[in-house]
Amino acid sequence: MEGVRKVLNLFHYQFMQNAFWASILGGATCSLIGVLVITLDLSFIGTCMAHAALAGAILGLLFAWPPLGIAFLFCCLAAGFIGPLADKGKFRPDTALAIIFSLMLGLSFLFLNMLVGPKSEALNLIWGSILTVGKNDLLMMTVTFFIVLLFIVGLFKEIQAIIFNRQLALALGIPAKAIYYSTLLLIGATITSFFTSIGGMLIFSLIVNPAAAAYQLTYSLPKMFFLAVLFGVGSCLGGLWAAYIFNVPAGAVIVIASVVFFLLAMLFSPKAEKKLWKTKRGEF
Amino acid sequence: MGWSVQLKDVRAGYENQTVLTEVNLDVQAGEFIGIIGPNGAGKSTLLTLINGLTQVKQGLIKIEGQALNKNNKRKLCKKIGYVPQTTWVDNRLPLLVKEVVLMGCFGQLGLLKQPGEKEKKLAKEMMSLVRIDTLAEKPIGHLSGGERQKVAIARALVQQPEILLLDEPTASLDWKAGQEILDLIYQIQQNYCLTTFLVTHEINQLPHWCSKMVLVKKGKILARGETKDLFKADILSELYDLPVKVLYDGKQPAVFYGRS
Repeated sequence: MEGVRKVLNLFHYQFMQNAFWASILGGATCSLIGVLVITLDLSFIGTCMAHAALAGAILGLLFAWPPLGIAFLFCCLAAGFIGPLADKGKFRPDTALAIIFSLMLGLSFLFLNMLVGPKSEALNLIWGSILTVGKNDLLMMTVTFFIVLLFIVGLFKEIQAIIFNRQLALALGIPAKAIYYSTLLLIGATITSFFTSIGGMLIFSLIVNPAAAAYQLTYSLPKMFFLAVLFGVGSCLGGLWAAYIFNVPAGAVIVIASVVFFLLAMLFSPKAEKKLWKTKRGEF
Repeated sequence: MGWSVQLKDVRAGYENQTVLTEVNLDVQAGEFIGIIGPNGAGKSTLLTLINGLTQVKQGLIKIEGQALNKNNKRKLCKKIGYVPQTTWVDNRLPLLVKEVVLMGCFGQLGLLKQPGEKEKKLAKEMMSLVRIDTLAEKPIGHLSGGERQKVAIARALVQQPEILLLDEPTASLDWKAGQEILDLIYQIQQNYCLTTFLVTHEINQLPHWCSKMVLVKKGKILARGETKDLFKADILSELYDLPVKVLYDGKQPAVFYGRS
């Protein structure tokens, strides 16, 4: 009882209330968009976008421009550049994306090194700081959450068709291309909105891991969205709790928690079980 | 009743590459057309010209008298059922058979509208028609090649199409499964009078199913016409660059190929 009271007492502080809502919104939004990333095979593109956002945000700090605005711009530029190339299958995505990914990481550290004076603000962008989330940040997170939610609910059947086969979706008269690029834009918006709370280096793990865990557990797309949100919010609240109690970086614990969810999902996955069962009888 | 299809001097391809040239075709509503030719000849491209997936670089395509263009492409392709070649499907994909079949009506429903009872009932009927109703609750990635082809056909039928495009629906299937699929296609074509285009390497099946044939070689139409007129050793030998014999079992012709 004493422990519960201690935790409840934390919520008397405004910063803790903000952090709590940021955890819920961050976990939910990143996981929702993560399901699209996993099922549409956008993991590599998304990773590049996250690192482009990091480079953009630090560049913003360097020139005293709004870091999040520049981060979003860099995200869109990365999506605008990589999206069509991957879309048209013009190159082996893993090789080209690895090059762009390393370029973005290189630029991030170059801009970081060029910063004059204390680098705490830039380091916050890299590692995140969920305990310093303000009212404006919360507003932006809420707006992003509802945009992502409406996109998924409104276009659910189109998303299903594109996940199954994009070429076929086009043949059915579904605007698959527009939905694909809208998804990339929403990934960019999600990364930007939760950048400061989760951290530029870690945000993409929170997008991928809960959705990847959910993918192991169900054959139903609505259930996959639900489980991903559960794991995402669970990871964020776990990270927040650990950050307060043990004084460790919240972003790092959030990502580690999401990896634990993934490992547990792998362990208990009915899909993995089926494969093992078949292998034993030599069916594969 | 099906829709008519006309292609006039069509040149088509992807990006800077031309795959088909000088394509002229005039297909009446309700006809069953078999398309054959060597690998890479442009057969699949010919199919995807009709549903607008392949870009037309020159010439004119008319669907039921309407010129196919950017403005009406999406509207027209909603009534064109397409069964593509079997592709790899992740066996963990979170989609069930009944959901994939229902996709057939998504284009016609339009954005922001979810399928209702009417669409779900139609999907059930089509699953019964192609005899996959027992698979409805199965994940799509768990089906065999033949079962997946039946799902693709059911999905195309949920579109309530006027034209049916089938791209090697029996590829990689065993004889029995392949025969089952072809019987099913024939039955559907007869019942609904759909204008049907079938790309296949199962040449021996064509005289039984298709009234007309189109022979494609190196990006051009080598010949088109009645199946009985084109099912000749010299024509097929030229098509495949391979000695071909046509032998008869009663009235049923059969092709044998290779050097003997």
